[in-house]
Amino acid sequence: MSLRARLVVTRPAFELDLTLEVAPGEVVALLGPNGAGKTTALRALAGLTAMTAAGRISLDGRALHTLPAEGRPIGVVFQDYLLFPHLTALDNVAFGPRCQGFSKTESRRVAAELLERVGLADRAAARPRELSGGQAQRVALARALAVRPRLLLLDEPLAALDAHTRLEIRSRLRRHLADFDGATVLVTHDPLDAMVLADRLIVIENGTVVQQGTPAEVARHPRTDYVARLVGLNLYRGVADGTRVRVGELPLSTSERLDGAVFVAFPPAAVALYRSRPDGSPRNLWQAVIGGVERHGDNVRVHLDGPVTAFADITPAALADLDLTPGLRVWASVKATETHAYPA
Amino acid sequence: MATTEHIRPVKPRRGFTGRPSPSPGRLSGRLPWMLLLPALLGLAFLVLPLAGLLIRAPWPTLPQRLAEPHVLEALRLSLVCATVATAACLLLGVPLAWLLARVEFPGRRLVRALVTVPLVLPPVVGGVALLLVLGRRGLIGQWLEATFGVTLPFTTAGVIVAEAFVAMPFLVISVEGALRGADRRFEEAAATLGASRWTVFRRVTLPMIAPGVVAGAVLCWARALGEFGATITFAGNFPGTTRTMPLAVYLALETEPEAAIVLSVVLLAVSVVILASLRDRWVSAS
Repeated sequence: MSLRARLVVTRPAFELDLTLEVAPGEVVALLGPNGAGKTTALRALAGLTAMTAAGRISLDGRALHTLPAEGRPIGVVFQDYLLFPHLTALDNVAFGPRCQGFSKTESRRVAAELLERVGLADRAAARPRELSGGQAQRVALARALAVRPRLLLLDEPLAALDAHTRLEIRSRLRRHLADFDGATVLVTHDPLDAMVLADRLIVIENGTVVQQGTPAEVARHPRTDYVARLVGLNLYRGVADGTRVRVGELPLSTSERLDGAVFVAFPPAAVALYRSRPDGSPRNLWQAVIGGVERHGDNVRVHLDGPVTAFADITPAALADLDLTPGLRVWASVKATETHAYPA
Repeated sequence: MATTEHIRPVKPRRGFTGRPSPSPGRLSGRLPWMLLLPALLGLAFLVLPLAGLLIRAPWPTLPQRLAEPHVLEALRLSLVCATVATAACLLLGVPLAWLLARVEFPGRRLVRALVTVPLVLPPVVGGVALLLVLGRRGLIGQWLEATFGVTLPFTTAGVIVAEAFVAMPFLVISVEGALRGADRRFEEAAATLGASRWTVFRRVTLPMIAPGVVAGAVLCWARALGEFGATITFAGNFPGTTRTMPLAVYLALETEPEAAIVLSVVLLAVSVVILASLRDRWVSAS
């Protein structure tokens, strides 16, 4: 293990206590609802939030918790990136090496190299306010990597981006994290980010770990309601009348018999897509518009807009067969037996 | 204190929930004269004396009066002293502001109150206090003279000390406000990049609060330039060494009023220039 930590932070009305182990080159995502303590955990690792005496952090066998933030071999990508507004992109990235005692020229050379790596060599002279969200995120990553950290910490690295930039930056970030040989801990509330970016998920609720494992394990055996929702189930709130549930405009059939306010959930893999209206047994059927398509493990995840927004997981072969492109109108269906309804 | 992290539920004010607050200017109808009349009187009260100064100014002879040696001397002395005093205030005041804004220590509120005392203290009292401490028989003054052979009262250095004493709170308050308004997360980001606290201050904090420092320095300079009471008490009124513009104005008023007007116009001009340079930051922004 490269990182071993027991993070203990006590505050009035809040206590964080979790153990964390990350192997070299491994990317671990801390996943949890707002207020669960994800960011506090990250700040404790960075040395920005004081831990109680029980807290321990060791990185590559060295005690980290005794060092101040500026003495820790870490790189942090903050949620709003926090690029220094008065410095150019290049000098932002050169800031770390400069603090480590490299000369101005040497620091700038390192910075230029890193900007090149994140594909922003041509934006070196730009101030942060002149950068787009995606560019700022990449500069922030370059700045964090410039100190040659042994531990990379990312706080909601994609949260500030719009949906379109997000898809592109997410896959870029995935590649950069794969190249990084130290330990990576990232914090996110977006299960999709966690699934795509992390090798292992640690789900936190109320300051403690409620579940951990590979994304697949966590998705297969959700142990809390929060996790179930988190791991890519399509989830809707509706009103049930027997086996019929109204979700907004859309009527759905479920296998459970319920009355009143309910949640209806079904996995993306249960959604079948058709180019034309399918015949056969009555099932939940609606017309949807393809919002986007992306790789998801061995499958392809299709984003559907329409009366309800949904994810559908299909095989690459099915994708080729259906020739799906964003904007296309398709029929989506889910068998009643594959939906799961429970009282809200 | 860690208790500041407490999150308290915010109770919406009664009668204010759900409704958008009316934007200024939505109220229409006749302006109430009970407010309008005193408002206009107040405006006239502030503007008329300045207008009077400009009207009575001996414009045709102004250039030649300005060129008189004792005027130039007073002007030069004023500018030099105010500038050196401002530099001293920056050197001491910015770290003091940082201490007040960034370091938790017992009695911080008391220290902050003490810092602002010169702001409300009659400058003459300040001058007397300076004499008692830094005068030739003062607590520190005695030691200064014995050890270094330095005497401050009734010297140009004394003028600078008096001006700095009176003007520094302006700088400290302005810089402290800027520090409190600055996003501390940038300082945290710098720390994670390996920056020591001094480097963080020099390379991140200071550049980010630069506008506040500049505004504070300009106000401080303006206050130093106009300083009268503490200066005349502590440094006296010697032409060439301690007779600054305000002192010259006061003196001239008794002997040749026109010269006093000329000097006043010069000080007014300097004030207006300062106001113009700060108008975005100080006058309209708040």
